[in-house]
Amino acid sequence: MAGINSSQNRENPFKQNWFVTAIWLLVICYVVYSFNAMGLSWERFNEGLGHASNLLGRMVPPNFSRWSLLMSGLIESLEIAVISSICGIFISLFLGLFAARNMMPSWISTPVRTLIALCRTFHPVIIAILFVKSVGFGALAGILTLVVASVGFIAKLFAEAIEEISLKQVEAIRATGAGFTSIILFSVMPQVFSRFIGFSTYQLDSNLRNSTMVGIVGAGGLGGTLFSAFQRFDYDFVAAILIIIIALIMFGEFLSNIVRSIFR
Amino acid sequence: MNTIDHHWQRFTLKQKLSRYAVYLVLVIAFVQSIQSVEVIPEFLLDAPEQMADMFSRMWPIDFAYYPIAVHDAMIETLNIATLGTLITLIFAIPLALMNASNIVNSVWCHWISRFFLVSSRSVNSLVWALLFVSIFGPGVIAGVLAIAFRSIGFVGKLLGEAIEEVNMGSIEALKATGASWMSILLKGYWPQVLPAFFSIVLFRWDINVRESAVLGLVGAGGIGVVLDDSMNLFQWDRVAMSLLAIFIIVILAEIVVINIRKRLI
Repeated sequence: MAGINSSQNRENPFKQNWFVTAIWLLVICYVVYSFNAMGLSWERFNEGLGHASNLLGRMVPPNFSRWSLLMSGLIESLEIAVISSICGIFISLFLGLFAARNMMPSWISTPVRTLIALCRTFHPVIIAILFVKSVGFGALAGILTLVVASVGFIAKLFAEAIEEISLKQVEAIRATGAGFTSIILFSVMPQVFSRFIGFSTYQLDSNLRNSTMVGIVGAGGLGGTLFSAFQRFDYDFVAAILIIIIALIMFGEFLSNIVRSIFR
Repeated sequence: MNTIDHHWQRFTLKQKLSRYAVYLVLVIAFVQSIQSVEVIPEFLLDAPEQMADMFSRMWPIDFAYYPIAVHDAMIETLNIATLGTLITLIFAIPLALMNASNIVNSVWCHWISRFFLVSSRSVNSLVWALLFVSIFGPGVIAGVLAIAFRSIGFVGKLLGEAIEEVNMGSIEALKATGASWMSILLKGYWPQVLPAFFSIVLFRWDINVRESAVLGLVGAGGIGVVLDDSMNLFQWDRVAMSLLAIFIIVILAEIVVINIRKRLI
């Protein structure tokens, strides 16, 4: 027993990592700096909490009396979401194919990829502003905005999915003497179609959310109703609109789960 | 049974029918929406002309406006996005822990956390901003809180999924040593979810930079306020300057995130 001395081999198995500690210190410094730089203060926050209870008090009970106004906004939002999703899915089916580097020569894929990246860069609201200026207030601006947003999302992911396919099946179909269209239809599409449906249903969801927002800048849908209700301080009507929006989005998620299980 | 003549089919009849049903519903919804949506065709015909008019007003870009207002607003936008992302973590980490079935084993906790996560995601960041502007008044604080509350759902959901995927072996080993609840979290779960945690936070930060650029349209601070002001005054050359600044910041943010990710993972 003499050779064993337990106290010497005591070493902390979890070593201090100075790099990580430095990062946490930097984060704390940043928080202090940004609070100062933006002039955030506790009094302001505290004052706001009083307003918050007041606001929540005025939101309850939700006021559903202007039912027809709510429904017309809701239906317009739904129409914007449906039209823009279907147009966007259709366009990105082709654009995604053209952007895939293993399907197309680089003089086609590079410009198409740039176009898709451009669609993704700006937030939908900024695109909506530009479309409201060029096609006027109303649902059309909303539809065009969400088509651009859908193309940016679906076409990018679809192109990446096509780039990951196995080329063996493409070769097998090509060996039968199939033309370009048949190669796409019978060797590429079966490999990526379920993922394409996944992206599309996700985008349908997100178009549904965004169609309730583009109205804030005048592009039609429930957002306009919401924004004017906020500006008139009709907080009970705001609560009703928010409840309807959340219900709509949950319903959309439910539907897209069904579609996804069908196409699995 | 004549197996040679058997015609191979990829899908069963039920699968085919349900797929055609989805297509049919989509077509009906599309036709119905096209017919009832209020679109004025003259506006669409007019669009190229209006578009050209807008771009001609935007050119030349008013670069002199950058040091006057755009620079400070851009810094403010970045601060809103970063601080919002940090504040999100305060709410998102507990909700993610509650949502992970290998940490909290209670159906009630799952439902509560899921309710908060879903409602955070369903309400758009602009709508959150409208709510917080009416609570705290126009300004940065509304923007930071809007970004924070919108991100809770995203970060909480993905972090919860990452926690559920950890390897339970090391957790069991720690439990066998009699480690406390806190040390199991810190020494068992945390090192395993660390890469996922950073990539989720960076990804959300990238999205938040885009979103914080538009919050100003409803008065929640940042570059959006500058954009809104110059748009209301029809100073399209200044609008172009703001848009250019947003464009550059968004691309820079994406490059930064990609590079940090490469280092970390």
